[in-house]
Amino acid sequence: MSDDPMALSLWRRRLVLTWLLAPALLWLLLLIVMPHSDLAVLALRRRVAPHVYEPSLLQFKTFFTEPLYWHVFVRTAIMSALATALTLLIAFPAAWIITKVARGRAGSLLFVVCLIPFWVSETVRALGWLILLRETGVLPALLVKLGITDMPVEMLYHDATILVGLVYTSLLFMVVPLVNSLESLDNALIEAAYNLGAGGASILRHIVIPHAAPGITAGCIIVFMLTLGNYLTPTLLGGKNSQWFTELIYTQFIVRFNWEQGAAFGFLLLGLSTAMVAVGLRLSGQRFVDVMRRT
Amino acid sequence: MSTPDLAVEQLVKQFADYRAVDELTFKVERGSFFSILGPSGCGKTTLLRMIAGFIVPDGGTIHIGARNMHGVAPNRRPVNMVFQQLALFPMMSVGDNVAFGLARRGVGSAERRKRALAMLERVGLGSAANKRVDELSGGQRQRVAIARSMVLEPTLLLLDEPLGALDLKLREHMKIELKQLQASFGTTFVYITHDQSEALVLSDHVGVMNRGRFEQLGTPQELYYQPATSFVAAFVGANNRIAGKFTARTGEIAEVTTPQGWVVRARVSGGCSIGAEAAAFVRPEVASLERAADRLPADHVNFGGTVQSLLFDGANSAVLLNEDRSGFEFRVALPQTGRFADLKVGEKIYFGFDPQRAICFAGTGTAAHV
Repeated sequence: MSDDPMALSLWRRRLVLTWLLAPALLWLLLLIVMPHSDLAVLALRRRVAPHVYEPSLLQFKTFFTEPLYWHVFVRTAIMSALATALTLLIAFPAAWIITKVARGRAGSLLFVVCLIPFWVSETVRALGWLILLRETGVLPALLVKLGITDMPVEMLYHDATILVGLVYTSLLFMVVPLVNSLESLDNALIEAAYNLGAGGASILRHIVIPHAAPGITAGCIIVFMLTLGNYLTPTLLGGKNSQWFTELIYTQFIVRFNWEQGAAFGFLLLGLSTAMVAVGLRLSGQRFVDVMRRT
Repeated sequence: MSTPDLAVEQLVKQFADYRAVDELTFKVERGSFFSILGPSGCGKTTLLRMIAGFIVPDGGTIHIGARNMHGVAPNRRPVNMVFQQLALFPMMSVGDNVAFGLARRGVGSAERRKRALAMLERVGLGSAANKRVDELSGGQRQRVAIARSMVLEPTLLLLDEPLGALDLKLREHMKIELKQLQASFGTTFVYITHDQSEALVLSDHVGVMNRGRFEQLGTPQELYYQPATSFVAAFVGANNRIAGKFTARTGEIAEVTTPQGWVVRARVSGGCSIGAEAAAFVRPEVASLERAADRLPADHVNFGGTVQSLLFDGANSAVLLNEDRSGFEFRVALPQTGRFADLKVGEKIYFGFDPQRAICFAGTGTAAHV
């Protein structure tokens, strides 16, 4: 042991750092690492007799051989990608208006308006859609009154309904990173491009989108992950037709007590989201660390 | 006479509580360097942005070349602008920055690259085409911003205080470079600045702007030697401002008496009614210093004073005096000969100036000062 004061202070600083990091490390260990290791063990074993298991890839084989599982998996991925794209299309003009058109107080007010729906729980928000869209709900009644339809139509339980719900739920998570990245865009750059002969479309393509790219990517990653892992909105708005992958996981764990299959599905979903994010980053030429740092 | 490159007539821009540009009329001849000089808030930026098309005027017309610019969008005007913070595109290489405007005009990519490179070479940055904008120094960025505009061969190049962000040494250097660039391109430059030295050094003609109007429009020499208003006298170059009242007049020379009772004589510009508020202006280099009163020219107005402080600045060295009777603080340039190099604070000294070379105006002459 050295009694050098410098070494002592270094040792102390390390102790402080460890203490500060402890909650995060504990959280990682208890909620991420341990359950996933446990799930990995579950996913890769097979029950041969009560309380007797052997290592096996049976669960994954079932997934690939059973068309329903495979179908729901692909469907969830495509719908999530679609919901992400729609959210981006709606959030981008909104973020533009908040940062560049309505400046100052009006901008902050619009931002708060985007935020307000999130004070209500997701369940209540989904129920709001139910009230609006069900056969006896507000919107079908209005359509009858306006003479557009003869009878009230059932507007729930369609893919479009699920998309509407997902976009609505995700909007804020897209608007926030977009507002952040558009706010840092110097208006002089837009004026300079305009001055050099560019029109609206080419300013968007050459100046605004390249500048906002990290924000766009971050927003898309967050929204895609949230949508892919969403359980409540597809179930409530899509009913039996929703066929969302998280429902399959729920069914395996809770209804069928097949934890092994559920764990395998969980890992497949994790793999899917990782793969999609990697593809998205590759396509947009971004690096994950840069995107997360700049948002 | 050829059509001027820029003709502004009766231009007006009214904001909620003040008139930023007030019935302004002026012309800029082809190939000249025109500066608009004024303190911040005088309306010069508004004027420039109206010429560029970013602000719609409330009245009056702007002609660029022979074309009326009414209703012409900024991206369709034969005008390019160098922005105050330059506004280079950080998402593009230097070459792409310069080629940006050409691409918008539909110039093919090979031709575009060729022209951008030629323009970069012209401003001495031929090797920087593939660099990122943030790899360049302040002066190099300045040149890229000019190249990006000049490659489009505009009728008019607008410059919005482009040297403001540079440090002093570089600013002095870029001043010379800008003048040389303008001479070699032959393009008409309209330059706005609050720095009178930039305006004097660079321009063929300067409009001194105050509260939305031109106080005076003329060559730098005219502004310096024959200021038309007390605002111009106070704003352009260093000047001693002596405020008081008109007390007498003989021919074109009037007497201005300060509240402390100091009497100075100067040439009258404009009207002069005895008893009215007045301000006399004496340039530091117009006054001469002597250690003995009888060595000053007899036809000058001569005073005694005490050295308050010495402002050594090489060729621009000056001394601040307190006039004996009034205590008025007066600045006198030190002669280049070094004759007064041994001057001490507190020393008794005599100074005087030729009334013909001093000037006085009615009014107090208080003006927003830099």
